[in-house]
Amino acid sequence: MFRMPRVALPLITIALFVALTGCAKRETEIKVGEYGSLTGSTATFGVSSKNGIELFVDNLNAQGGIGGKKVHVLVEDDQGKPEEAATAVNKLIAQDGVVAVLGEVASSRSLAAAPICQSAGVPMISPSSTNPKVTDVGDNIFRVCYIDPFQGMVIAKFAKNTLHFTKAAVFRDNKNDYSVGLANYFTESFHAMGGIIVSDEAYSEGDQDFKAQLTNIKSKKPEFIFVPGYYTEVGLIARQARELGLKVPMLGGDGWVSERLLEIAQDALDGSYFVNHYWEKDANPAVQGFVQNYKKRYSSTPDGLAALAYDAAGVLTHAMQGLQQKDPKAFESLSGPPNADQKAARAQLKELIAATRDYPGVTGRISLDEHRNAVKPAVFLGIQNRAYTFVATVEP
Amino acid sequence: MQEFFQQLANGIAWGSIYALIALGYTMVYGILRLINFAHGDVYMVGAFAAYYLAGALGVGTITSASPLMAALVLLGSMVICALLGMGIELLAYRPVRRSSRITALITAIGVSLFLENAGILVFGADPKFFPQVIAPRTITLPGGVLVTNHQIMVVVVSIVLMVGLTLFIQKTRTGKAMRAVAFNRDAASLMGIPTDRIITYTFALGSALAAAAGFLVGLTNPKIEPLMGVMPGIKAFVAAVLGGIGSIPGAMIGGLLMGISEYMVVGYLSSTYRDAIAFVILIVVLLLKPAGLLGRNVTEKV
Repeated sequence: MFRMPRVALPLITIALFVALTGCAKRETEIKVGEYGSLTGSTATFGVSSKNGIELFVDNLNAQGGIGGKKVHVLVEDDQGKPEEAATAVNKLIAQDGVVAVLGEVASSRSLAAAPICQSAGVPMISPSSTNPKVTDVGDNIFRVCYIDPFQGMVIAKFAKNTLHFTKAAVFRDNKNDYSVGLANYFTESFHAMGGIIVSDEAYSEGDQDFKAQLTNIKSKKPEFIFVPGYYTEVGLIARQARELGLKVPMLGGDGWVSERLLEIAQDALDGSYFVNHYWEKDANPAVQGFVQNYKKRYSSTPDGLAALAYDAAGVLTHAMQGLQQKDPKAFESLSGPPNADQKAARAQLKELIAATRDYPGVTGRISLDEHRNAVKPAVFLGIQNRAYTFVATVEP
Repeated sequence: MQEFFQQLANGIAWGSIYALIALGYTMVYGILRLINFAHGDVYMVGAFAAYYLAGALGVGTITSASPLMAALVLLGSMVICALLGMGIELLAYRPVRRSSRITALITAIGVSLFLENAGILVFGADPKFFPQVIAPRTITLPGGVLVTNHQIMVVVVSIVLMVGLTLFIQKTRTGKAMRAVAFNRDAASLMGIPTDRIITYTFALGSALAAAAGFLVGLTNPKIEPLMGVMPGIKAFVAAVLGGIGSIPGAMIGGLLMGISEYMVVGYLSSTYRDAIAFVILIVVLLLKPAGLLGRNVTEKV
């Protein structure tokens, strides 16, 4: 008598399922991949970005999509780990067949995923990775934010010229490309302006105790501490610094941008400053429209990373619209099977993204330079009584 | 000089945590000759148990913080972890008790990975912020050294638990039985000591101490996440080896030395070597005094 092996039935079921769902082709959809840290120690980065992209794309689809085609965003969680980011992007490209990729916030993760997009010829737009190495990977990699040499320079300038500080301590995350890069650019600029770095200490992402390094920093009597890290550690560092009686202000980069920053730090960051990509109370009607829509949907205020993700989705779909007008046949193949036609269409899409000029985003006008980076102003925010205040916008 | 004493004070507080975790390693090793690699993850579960208990009891805001509630949270998480330790022993280690030691070691690694990933699944991978069950306050010691009341609590609670443990092991019947089982399990069994039950108690006790360490870390450094036990687990293991694995006073001294040396490395060498110092110590101890500071040299018949 015929007896089915025990594993056969589940296998057949799976095969049938794959075959059936695979058959139903969604030719009216353009698939775009997104990867981000929806969980992990930088979870608000991923969640904010996802919300921003979702808000833009749903709005676009509600207005009819692009040339009658809807944009479908497939989201993968990388848990905040570079190796998972590579896996996620591999899956999005090889298995899901996306025609473009949006992500990541953290430069280490973007750097892990970018070579995969580059070699597959899939355009990738990072909303908010600021390390210059990210777009150096190749001509398929773009970003809609400023880069760290600029960010480091404006922070140094702000400390020296606005706050009149000359003695800085640097406290960097040694395991993080973004943090090390930004610390170096800041140091370089601050030196060039005649400032002195009295102490340069390091920690590792995931550390819980920073008091040893902070004791060293305290003994060098800096006028401020530059902490180019991510919000979880920054909050703990601020608390422990205050516990050690180290009361000088802290300065930071866009890694501080998170709704949880002050939840962790409590009042330890009062009197500190950091750089953001936009200011949520900007009078610009485009910004206010975005903030209101976001609040309505997610009942929270969009942070700078949500705004950048919104703009990244905007730049990508703007290029798709351009392709539809320029070459409708190529545009058609974006939602078709992953064949040579689609590859050619992706290459055209890449050229159109690179040609982005004066795109009106909520984080300012976006023009990409020859290195595929956006040239944009930085926004300084201060922290007082556990709330953010606008300080200044610094033009490039 | 002020910096030196500041680093020393912080190092002692941090080392007390290592000492508490190291005690669990050393107790289990003393009795079973098993390095319980899941111990660091029990410490993580202890921190989360305290986190959820504090939430359930409604303590966490500055206004509701009280020492009584804090003690309740501490005891609760110790009980939960004691039960967890007994469960691990019963389900994972007892079935392989008669197998070779390498089998038990691999099982321990398996339990460790299980707890870490179950933690990610149940608690979520994003860090949680430990409630302030006792309002933080900074205290100035003579010489301008600043410590927080949390750090003082860490040291005091650790000392109380360590003294309690020593008394328990030296003075009670169960403690005596533990020493007997550690000395020679087969002979103890022939003398009518219920070895299985004693081993279960040992796991319960070690895990409760790890839970206390988890609570104290949450209090001083209010960020907890499912992988927080990995590094402290390894470092506490090195602390136990440094003190002489199997020796209870050795684990305490090893833990304190570990914490202090970490702080001194940052203070006088470089902060990048902070994690490396643990492994440098491990290598030096294994080369120069493999039995550890207080361990006895045991000759093994081949």
